[in-house]
Amino acid sequence: MNLATQPENRVALTGNEAVAHAMKQINPDVVAAYPITPQTEIVQIFSGFVADGDVDTVFERVESEHSAMSAAVGAAAAGARAMTATSANGLALMWEILYIAASNRLPIVMPVVNRALSAPINIHCDHSDTMGARDSGWIQLFSENAQEAYDNTLQAIRIAEHPDVELPVMVCLDGFIISHAMDNLFMLPDEMVTKFIGLRKPEYSLLDVDNPATYGPLDLQDWYFEHKRQQVEGMKKALDVIPQIAVEYEELTGREYGFFEAYRASDAEALMIVLGSTAGTAKDVVDAMRDEGHPVGLIKLRTFRPFPMQQLVSALAGRRAVAVMDRSDTFSTAGGPLFHGVRHALYDCERAPLTSNYIYGLGGRDVKPHDLRKVFDDTLRMGESGRVSQPITYLGVRE
Amino acid sequence: MTSNEKGSWQTPKPTDTWKDVPRAGVIPRGGNASEYITGGWRTFRPIYNADICIQCRLCWVFCPDSSIMVNEDGEVIGMDLDHCKGCGICAAECPKEGAIEMVSEEY
Ligand code: SF4
Ligand code: SF4
Repeated sequence: MNLATQPENRVALTGNEAVAHAMKQINPDVVAAYPITPQTEIVQIFSGFVADGDVDTVFERVESEHSAMSAAVGAAAAGARAMTATSANGLALMWEILYIAASNRLPIVMPVVNRALSAPINIHCDHSDTMGARDSGWIQLFSENAQEAYDNTLQAIRIAEHPDVELPVMVCLDGFIISHAMDNLFMLPDEMVTKFIGLRKPEYSLLDVDNPATYGPLDLQDWYFEHKRQQVEGMKKALDVIPQIAVEYEELTGREYGFFEAYRASDAEALMIVLGSTAGTAKDVVDAMRDEGHPVGLIKLRTFRPFPMQQLVSALAGRRAVAVMDRSDTFSTAGGPLFHGVRHALYDCERAPLTSNYIYGLGGRDVKPHDLRKVFDDTLRMGESGRVSQPITYLGVRE
Repeated sequence: MTSNEKGSWQTPKPTDTWKDVPRAGVIPRGGNASEYITGGWRTFRPIYNADICIQCRLCWVFCPDSSIMVNEDGEVIGMDLDHCKGCGICAAECPKEGAIEMVSEEY
């Protein structure tokens, strides 16, 4: 039996606890954070590890999320392995510094417990917070459950710090549904994590006084564009690195990761694409409908940034119909962010399926098996009819 | 990337590409702000007239860009036109009319 899946490594933890334990095993040099529901627990539990001397981390209690990200930027530029965590309006307050972290190529890892943005005020799950930051230059990994949140956090360190990448990573987990629900998962033994993540080897460090370096200089018409082009290259390289790290991680744990999980998808005529915890419900619905003989399947996207366009096209080409599920809206009246990505990816595909968009679960509105069954029924019908009768549907709203 | 080996880093050449320059605009050296030539931003140029100047050094105190040049004895000797941005503060603060004149840069 694989060491990482031996019974003594099996634990019952909430998503927040699982991420806090991953952070303990990572033992980052610096954590700077500010509380916000539903993330608060991650850092609260982690601060307990700091107080108990379980980690060597310098723990900075800052006055806002803007400061938390600023402190992480400074620490990462100094050569430290720096982490923070946030949710919703906290992420929104980091906005300016998110771009600075990414453009300075600082491999900060940040769990984000997904929560709706105000107003009206709401503390429950949707993806509008991280979707708002989708173009900030951060890598974004979504998790289906506590196990994936834990596994993604560990892999994120390797992805972020890879010399070809050097970009920050958000590990996204659904607020309350994952963060506060007790789950059954396997943790790696501490020494295995230490070995897997290794040491950060920054090219430059602000603390290396023998080799001083200047971070964040003025960069106008002359070279700014070149530095942006380099940043895109980091994202392109992440498309190579993410699967490499996943293979290494699978060798340790037996758990498979990639850009997405294709669930009963190989012969499906109607597919659903979804991010996060809804995939769990969707798998049950797929199983039930398969038992009834319906050719349905699921793509659970793990990597939203970079967007694995070619890999998605390969998975979707030749299918009749695809339902794209968005747990946030763009308010463009042209559908949600995932829909934009998927439809765009399919434009040059010769055997592109029909696509339609479902905006669902905003502000934590429950999505139930019968809701998803309706989506599959509609999608099968769309495939048979060969036309998109309703491109965008608000699923589960009172009409 | 050959241009950014520690200690030997040179300012990028116009023929360099995005593949040649250090990542994120990092300059692998410290204390390099003076190498950034900001004089090109100027619309007006200060002209210093040593015959009128009374060496009060108010211009040196007020210049926001440290662009008033002084000799070993601390005497004003002119403007560092590589960095002077032409704000005109020196001329406005100068008590002696004609010691500093702002003239239009002609391109
Ligand atoms: S014009 Fe402005 S920048 Fe130039 S020397 Fe005078 S005070 Fe300094
Ligand atoms: S302020 Fe005028 S008079 Fe005084 S030192 Fe400067 S140029 Fe000379």
